[in-house]
Amino acid sequence: MEPFLEFIRENLGSPGLAILISNPQFAFIQLLNSISMGMNYFIIAAGLSLIFGVLKVINFAHGAFYMFGAYITYSVTELMGLSFFWAVLAAAIGLMLMALIIERCLFQFIYDKEHLMQLLLTFALVLILGDLAKIIWGTDQYSVAYPAGLAGATNLGITFYPSYRLMLCVLGPAIFIALWLFIERTRWGRITKAATQDRDMLSALGINVPVIYTIVFLIGSALAGMGGALASPFNSPAPGMDANIIVECFVIVIIGGLGSLWGTFVGALIFGLVFNFGSVIVPNAQDVFAFLLLLIVLLIRPWGLYGRAESEGQ
Amino acid sequence: MTTSSPKLFSETIQPHSLLDVKNLNKNFAGFQAIDGVNFHLFPRERHAIIGPNGAGKTTFFNLLTGHLQPTSGQVLYKGHSLRQLAPHNIVRLGLARSFQLINIYPRMTVFQNIQVAVIARNKKHFSFFKSANSLFQRESEELLELVTLVEEREVIAGELAYGKQKQLELAISLASNPEVLLLDEPTAGMSTSETNEAISLIKEISSARSLTLLFTEHDMGVVFGIADQISVLHHGKIVATGSPEEVRNNTTVKNIYLGDGATDGQS
Amino acid sequence: MTDPIDRAGIILCLISLATLILIPAVGSNYLVDVTTEILIYSLFALSLNVIIGYSGNVSFGHAAYFAIGGYTNAILLTTYAWPLVASLLASITVTMFITGIVAYFCTRLTDIYFAMLTLAFSMLVWAIAFKWRSVTGGDDGFVGITIPEILDQRINFYYFTVLVVVFSTWILWLICHSAFARSLLAVRENPTRAGFVGINTRLMRWWAFVVAGTFAGLAGALFAMLHRGMYVESAFWTQSATVLIMTLLGGMFSFFGPAIGAATLFLLERITNEYTEYWPTVLGLILIVILLFLPDGLVGLVTKIRNYWTREH
Repeated sequence: MEPFLEFIRENLGSPGLAILISNPQFAFIQLLNSISMGMNYFIIAAGLSLIFGVLKVINFAHGAFYMFGAYITYSVTELMGLSFFWAVLAAAIGLMLMALIIERCLFQFIYDKEHLMQLLLTFALVLILGDLAKIIWGTDQYSVAYPAGLAGATNLGITFYPSYRLMLCVLGPAIFIALWLFIERTRWGRITKAATQDRDMLSALGINVPVIYTIVFLIGSALAGMGGALASPFNSPAPGMDANIIVECFVIVIIGGLGSLWGTFVGALIFGLVFNFGSVIVPNAQDVFAFLLLLIVLLIRPWGLYGRAESEGQ
Repeated sequence: MTTSSPKLFSETIQPHSLLDVKNLNKNFAGFQAIDGVNFHLFPRERHAIIGPNGAGKTTFFNLLTGHLQPTSGQVLYKGHSLRQLAPHNIVRLGLARSFQLINIYPRMTVFQNIQVAVIARNKKHFSFFKSANSLFQRESEELLELVTLVEEREVIAGELAYGKQKQLELAISLASNPEVLLLDEPTAGMSTSETNEAISLIKEISSARSLTLLFTEHDMGVVFGIADQISVLHHGKIVATGSPEEVRNNTTVKNIYLGDGATDGQS
Repeated sequence: MTDPIDRAGIILCLISLATLILIPAVGSNYLVDVTTEILIYSLFALSLNVIIGYSGNVSFGHAAYFAIGGYTNAILLTTYAWPLVASLLASITVTMFITGIVAYFCTRLTDIYFAMLTLAFSMLVWAIAFKWRSVTGGDDGFVGITIPEILDQRINFYYFTVLVVVFSTWILWLICHSAFARSLLAVRENPTRAGFVGINTRLMRWWAFVVAGTFAGLAGALFAMLHRGMYVESAFWTQSATVLIMTLLGGMFSFFGPAIGAATLFLLERITNEYTEYWPTVLGLILIVILLFLPDGLVGLVTKIRNYWTREH
């Protein structure tokens, strides 16, 4: 018991909370940190959620896709000397291509298999892709420069804030709206949505369901690649980054409710808030907070904030 | 809520009903599947629920066993409300059911299928160190005999013929030693000979074990072969209740079946 | 599904036991060390199979309970200098207790939701072990565990492990062939039907989870003693995945399958590491092969070959 009490004593006395209350500027920066981080995570987790929503596959390799996105950005900007914008595009397209190969060679055979099998097959991919990245990029930690024009800080009146992170705060909602419009307002989107409900009906209507699966998988993977590219300036590409991000994405989509885009958005924001404010109040305990948050949400809503109950629960 | 003629309404004659349904409603997103149903099941009855396809038979059934929760109204078993009760607690009260679609343990042997139910009834399913193999062997075998599956004892249940799987399911339901047995379409999908066998089997068992039987069925041959009471469900309402003879001569019932094309109304 | 207690089975068990007892007499130190570790992983995999094979729920966070057992034992033995037996019993109890709480939440869900939730819980355990530096040593690990002098001897520790693992396996064997396990299989096969014969399906799955977690904790406690240390990697989700692969490789539909899988995978890793640093790729390929071609694992393969052989002759 004693070390536990000591732990509490050490951390509760932390000045973080006092600063947060007495210094609104500091609190505002933390808020922006939370949002920019949350939006970066949203972009990645949205891909995971979208793929689960339609394909009903939890893709463990999503984290590896993210890592590849970050590595590709490094190669395109630092080695080929192209601008950051092209690097993000290259990451998204590169991941689409990779996803296409993986989907055609592997995934398409497992859609009707048990969930355990699907889960483990994607885990096999994690292992193989991790080694592949090691073969291509080695085990060094690389740094990616902030894009020109976004490297500085912007004056927000109350405080200065890094322009790049502000850009994320805008880009995240933009991508959310774009995805939402795609799903709600386009024919393809409606078909995709229908595919989450009833695959058999769609095939009966003469719609090529496998093609929808492929497209959704490509879009989801492109989001992971893009998320990795966008994270690379502050999250240096290095081996092992895939294993951490995937679990954090899981936390987000479970909080929001698996397969719900809005839920993922909300989950990512909450995650960002808890992570940043948590680390101010109790330094170094942000991970613990994140998982505790998950626990509390699931206590109240077992299927996440916006998730629907399993149709055949017990 | 019954709109049937008064002479068919036998509620006041028998005093102690086992199962009482009071003003039951079930609404699926605007669709009124069950509409103000009142229903009583009396001891030793063999009561059939009939009605055209989509009349709400299976929904009604699932409401009775707590598989679905009603929008409003009550289901009382011996005066206890079944609302919010988990399936295992409902079974403990003496109410067992079978399913329209085959519902067995496909990768276990026939014997094990039945044995599990016997283990559960004897509340031995939390015995961590009691070896399973020889447990309740005699009791399980008696049930096998009852449904004539002795020869298939060691067959993997999923590999049985369809009719035999239905028999197995019946045995599983019986293993919990119920007072009331609810059978959802007991002969659905069976061949004619299998159906005839099933009818005599069900009759035999229900009288041997003094069971109260409630079942849904679309095959009128089965209905008139087994039931001594029939309720007719139409558009979520019970429109007639009575003996087979009474129902056969009821004008409302005739209208429903003949008016609706009488696809499965002819026996 | 169940292993018949036939004569061949008993003979096989006796031979294995005799081999285990004789290994230190004939084998090198290296062999003794490897066997000790394999035994621990076997217990770990066997425990996992209670959830996966028998209750049909895939836990993706089983490493958490391994780690809880390991850390508890490490802390009690070293920081508080408890005697071994008390420390081991306390490790088991603590793991059991925590597993019980986690299982309460996890068994509310099934299938993929269950898997995700177990994963999240294990990462919570990992995060605590990682950040609670003053107690667990954080990412440096908990090093320098003191164990009773008599077990400092390699051979003594080996026999101690054999004793604990064989005894635990025997207990697990009893549980997996009990009325409980038979009912649990019914829950796995058809939860709706099981509910309607009077089985409280959620409580059954809760117990399966607790049994599995408890024995994983014991395996973790042994692991900590063997390595004289406990490290956060043991709680990371990839460790959970590894033990899951062990279970599948051996075959989750047989009692001893996971132990065989643990031994095979462990040896394969040792051998592969002699030649290449890309063990993960090899593991990934093994996994794909099992998933696509060997759904019942090595035990299933042997059964298939034996059936084929007996039909031919």
